[in-house]
Amino acid sequence: MGGLQKKKFERGSAANYITRNKARRKLQLSLPDFRRLCILKGIYPHEPKHKKKVNKGSTAARTFYLLKDIRFLLHEPIVGKFRDYKVFVRRLKKAYGKTEWSAVERLRENKPTYKLDHIIKERYPSFIDALRDIDDALCMCFLFSTFARTGKCHVQTIQLCRRLTVEWMNYVITSSALRKVFISIKGIYYQAEVMGQLITWVVPYQFSHDHPTDVDYRVMATFTELYTTLLGFVNFRLYHSLNLIYPPKMDSKVEMDQMEDDDYAMTSESNSEKLSALSASLARAVSSAEEEEAELDQFPVEGEDIEQMEAKEKEQKQQKLFKGLKFFLNREAPRESLAFVIRCFGGEVSWDKSLCIGSTYEVTDETITHHIADRPNIEKQYINRYYIQPQWVYDCVNAKMLLPVEDYFLGVNLPPHLSPFVEEKEGDYVPPEKLKIMALQRGEKPANEEEEEDEEEGEEEEEEEGDEEEEEEEDEEEEAEEKNLKMMEEQRSQGKSLQVKVTPGKVKAENSARLEEEEKAEEKRLAIMMMKKKEKYLYDKIMFGKKRKVREANKLAAKRKAHDDAEKSKKKKAKK
Amino acid sequence: MEESSKRSEQRKEMEKERKKGEKKRRKEEEEEEEEILIFNHKSAEKEKEDEDLSDSEDSVFSGLEDSGSDSEDDDDDDEDLKVDQNLSQQVKKEEDVQSSLKKKDEEEEVKRDEYEHDSSDEEDIRNTVGNIPMEWYKDFPHIGYDLDGKKIYKPIRNKDELDDFLDKMENPDYWRTVQDKQTGSDVVLSDEQVELVKRLQRGQFGDVNFNEYQPQVEFFTQEVMLHPVTNRPADKRSFIPSLLEKDKVSKLVHAIKMGWIKPRRDSRDDSRGRYYDLWASEDTSNLARHRMHLPAPKIPLPGHHESYNPPPEYLFTDEERALWEQQDPVDRKFPFVPRSFSSLRLVPAFPRFIHERFERCLDLYLCPRQRKMRVNVNPEDLIPKLPKPKDLQPFPTTQSLVYRGHSGLVRSISVSPSGQWLASGSDDGSVRFWEICSSRCLKTVQVGGAVKSVAWNPNPSVCLLAVALDSAVLILSPALADRQVVLSSDRLLSAPQEAEPIEGDGLVNWSDTEGEELNQGIRLKIQHPKAVQQVAWHTKGDYLASVMPDHSSHLQVLIHQVSRRRSQNPFRKNKGLVQSVSFHPIRPYFFVATQRSVRIYNLVKQDLTKKLHANSKWISSMAVHPGGDHVICGSYDCKLSWFDLDLSTKPYRMLRHHRKAVRSVAYHRLYPLFASAADDGSIIVCHGTVYNDLLQNPLIVPVKVLRGHVITHELGVLDVTFHPTQPWIFSSGADATIRLFT
Repeated sequence: MGGLQKKKFERGSAANYITRNKARRKLQLSLPDFRRLCILKGIYPHEPKHKKKVNKGSTAARTFYLLKDIRFLLHEPIVGKFRDYKVFVRRLKKAYGKTEWSAVERLRENKPTYKLDHIIKERYPSFIDALRDIDDALCMCFLFSTFARTGKCHVQTIQLCRRLTVEWMNYVITSSALRKVFISIKGIYYQAEVMGQLITWVVPYQFSHDHPTDVDYRVMATFTELYTTLLGFVNFRLYHSLNLIYPPKMDSKVEMDQMEDDDYAMTSESNSEKLSALSASLARAVSSAEEEEAELDQFPVEGEDIEQMEAKEKEQKQQKLFKGLKFFLNREAPRESLAFVIRCFGGEVSWDKSLCIGSTYEVTDETITHHIADRPNIEKQYINRYYIQPQWVYDCVNAKMLLPVEDYFLGVNLPPHLSPFVEEKEGDYVPPEKLKIMALQRGEKPANEEEEEDEEEGEEEEEEEGDEEEEEEEDEEEEAEEKNLKMMEEQRSQGKSLQVKVTPGKVKAENSARLEEEEKAEEKRLAIMMMKKKEKYLYDKIMFGKKRKVREANKLAAKRKAHDDAEKSKKKKAKK
Repeated sequence: MEESSKRSEQRKEMEKERKKGEKKRRKEEEEEEEEILIFNHKSAEKEKEDEDLSDSEDSVFSGLEDSGSDSEDDDDDDEDLKVDQNLSQQVKKEEDVQSSLKKKDEEEEVKRDEYEHDSSDEEDIRNTVGNIPMEWYKDFPHIGYDLDGKKIYKPIRNKDELDDFLDKMENPDYWRTVQDKQTGSDVVLSDEQVELVKRLQRGQFGDVNFNEYQPQVEFFTQEVMLHPVTNRPADKRSFIPSLLEKDKVSKLVHAIKMGWIKPRRDSRDDSRGRYYDLWASEDTSNLARHRMHLPAPKIPLPGHHESYNPPPEYLFTDEERALWEQQDPVDRKFPFVPRSFSSLRLVPAFPRFIHERFERCLDLYLCPRQRKMRVNVNPEDLIPKLPKPKDLQPFPTTQSLVYRGHSGLVRSISVSPSGQWLASGSDDGSVRFWEICSSRCLKTVQVGGAVKSVAWNPNPSVCLLAVALDSAVLILSPALADRQVVLSSDRLLSAPQEAEPIEGDGLVNWSDTEGEELNQGIRLKIQHPKAVQQVAWHTKGDYLASVMPDHSSHLQVLIHQVSRRRSQNPFRKNKGLVQSVSFHPIRPYFFVATQRSVRIYNLVKQDLTKKLHANSKWISSMAVHPGGDHVICGSYDCKLSWFDLDLSTKPYRMLRHHRKAVRSVAYHRLYPLFASAADDGSIIVCHGTVYNDLLQNPLIVPVKVLRGHVITHELGVLDVTFHPTQPWIFSSGADATIRLFT
């Protein structure tokens, strides 16, 4: 042994943690810089198991970081850049103070910048890691790309975000990776499957933002800085995985066609606009014809993989959902979203020329099959196309099949739009619309199914009620018996000669199964009594959660029933 | 008067004239203004040129700054410049011109000197008022003062419009007549003067003789001339390098050397937007780097509630909405109110979108992350695997008989050792004897007080019942047995006559009963000093313990010997409120349950052998296993504790089966059963196997919950006893009934 005895808080868990302020002092950074560094490097606080031990006996609320994390930050080259920036600001201030404009100019031109490439590489050592974490990046970029140039952030950032998101959408279109779409009140959720990773992002509706005052935009901007870098690299890699040219260019054939149409297509700005119109396919490094030839042969690996094969087939079918359909978007329909979704599933889409650049055909085109409009009526209608509301497209995508258009005609009350992300487990409430769609997917006729479901539900309910009733009955029986006994006793105590009378007894039909069940229930109840306290607590908790779930499901069902009844009665009244 | 009128007339005329003159002057002024403007243009251009020149010269030849810019002035330029410089003071300029004209007029003959054209400090000699606006004199008859200080009077002018007109028509020199403001007189311009004006108007030099196309003399050419242009010696600074500049340059050079100043970057945007294949070489070494990193959890996916057009059941009803609004934002199940829109175009922007993203950002970098192990337990697995109750039969399962007759709470019941009779004591002051099989009440003994406890003598050879009421213990001989047994019990009671209690210390009074009471079967009355709560027999049937709970006294338990009619107080100290006592079935031990603990005394050695700590607040009852190694205690805080005396002084198992206070517990004499009765009206029968093997702990399995008693006045079952031979259980309740479960 030997050596000095360590003091109280210099070993154990206290030595593994460091408070935020100490960490800041160790790194010699200001709080905003420390924050930025934490954001960029993905360092987050840790909650020690024994707070009091770590906090040197005090119970004051403090944020703790792992000492290892902070040591790891010490070697970060970006820290040096932060310091450079600090110096730069100081010099600039000085130059301003001395009104040395040439110096100001020189300093400004040499403003220190930093690159985040190595951080991205470090945080996401493999590409899949990056893909896994790209949800937030996409959400943020999509949000920033909708910002107006109001000074909440740099214009370049907004433009970069827009560029990257458009690139992403173009990639999703080309790889037809989109799986689910959901129109929520917050925005439109998209879910794509890229390299086996499910990636979900939300795009806000195209309105100007009411910028809140209680939001720190510097934090958001720092995140965006990181995310744009990440998204750029991911886009690059994804484009190259599809043999596409990055930065994306439009297919030369298409471009040639359009060049004839309008001369200004050459300028880079309108080029990016065209890209964002999502109507043209992208240029490939290797021409597409060659690639198609080299399509892989499919080897049936093993017999057990049939299910997987089927799933794959289904997926492919879904990817070509809108193949051969020609859509035309009316001007009030959300163009970008619809164009994105339709193109993802192989449909053709166009819009009014005056609405946006990149429309491919006119309203008058005879081959248009679906005209998407979001207004009660359109005056001039063509006979050979369906006039439908935008929800049809989204519902079709989620149902993975073309739904009947009748429910989605203009002016018709739309069926509810369901979330494709909900996967009902056993015992959960399933809205009847979902059941309907599921039936359609199975290839059944819709009308019968609904009724059946209703009946089933009804039966179940009845059964439940029946159980209760039976129990009650038993109780009643017992009570009755007791009453009889009482009567007899009373008679006896009154000293009257008992009116002995033998009535033929009824054979009590004993439901053996039921008895057994009861017995089992009793057994369980007794066993639960013998549980240990800890286990009992856990068990009660689990059972409480289960019961709550059931209660909620029942509540929803009851609400639905009440609503349907109200609707029915309304209809009846209307008929009368 | 006439004179004055004349004067006034004169004045008027003068004024008129003046006005006319003014008008005329104005016209002339306008004309001249034009000229001046023209001049201005020219001169301005010239000036510019001059400036340019001088500037360039300045910068290029800093040494030759004043090599002759003043001296080189052109003769004629001077005048123009003079005029130009103050454009605003037009009148003055006009006068200048005029003065110059006059000057020329007068001094044409005068020999030219070097100040010939310099009119700056030249004064009009005829009028000494100086360079002032002549309007100042418009109200005076004079117009100024001559050199001698005499007034110069305005010339009397009586020209009116007509005169003017006539003048204009007739006078051939009218066009060249100009009014001299200084003197107020008309001046006829000479031919030369007219010529000068014309030249000026045309924009030509005033001097006729001036040749504007003179050959240029180039002072500064590329050819180095032999002699300097000026005599001025060059400045020293023109051939010595500037120290100031040197200092500046050296500073810059140093800064560049030190890397403080960097060359400008030309392309800055490229570095930002350039992407490449970052993951081209995925090395595993980087992957292996250990960090306690947890990936951030993803945002939960939206459910049906969030849809823009959800199914109607997902929308809030009014109550739900009110509840949502009342709730704290943290407690809400959803951070938004589900809404429904009939079409997509009606959906507004979500006001909290930026907030939500921001909160996500905060979560990502400010929230501690923790790996939370989710208990993925099947709740069925948590239930302990116990032997099935079916396999543990026999035990009482159904209520088979109800014994009715009492009119008050039945506090206590006891079964005769033969198993044929049941005695019960009730608050209505009666003790009843029942035949168990037929539920007939065979005998009722009115004892005249609420019966607290009854106990059959466990000795099968006697038939005695101890009854505790108020402060007395009665020994009854109900005569419900063979003649032999009755006789032997009588003998037992009558035996002690010979040895009179001396050591009874006067606390307890033994007395035989007489008369009515004797007829009812009450044989003995043991009068206690305090209210007796419980009585308990020793197995042999000779000793009887009675409990008189009292906080302040050591006299709480008395042990009586019936055969000798002796009583003794075994304890000298008060160790707490005694709840119940019991004899060990085999060995000479005595169990005393106080509020919190059970003490076990060795009666032979007369000392404390063990103290069992029941982890409960208030023990209500106690029962000793027929083997004598196990004790169960029921308590008012709903617990039942099983003590294994060989194991520890702490309970081997605590059972919390009851919802309310446990009133009574009991062991079966033969079967491995025990039961507890509580105020919730239920009796729980448990199987409790005790193994002879010391290594194996007793197995406790609840086998049946028996219900039947009606809860009255918050009291349920008050006492419970097993049948001595059958797996039957009797219970007495607050509803004045006794029930038999078989």
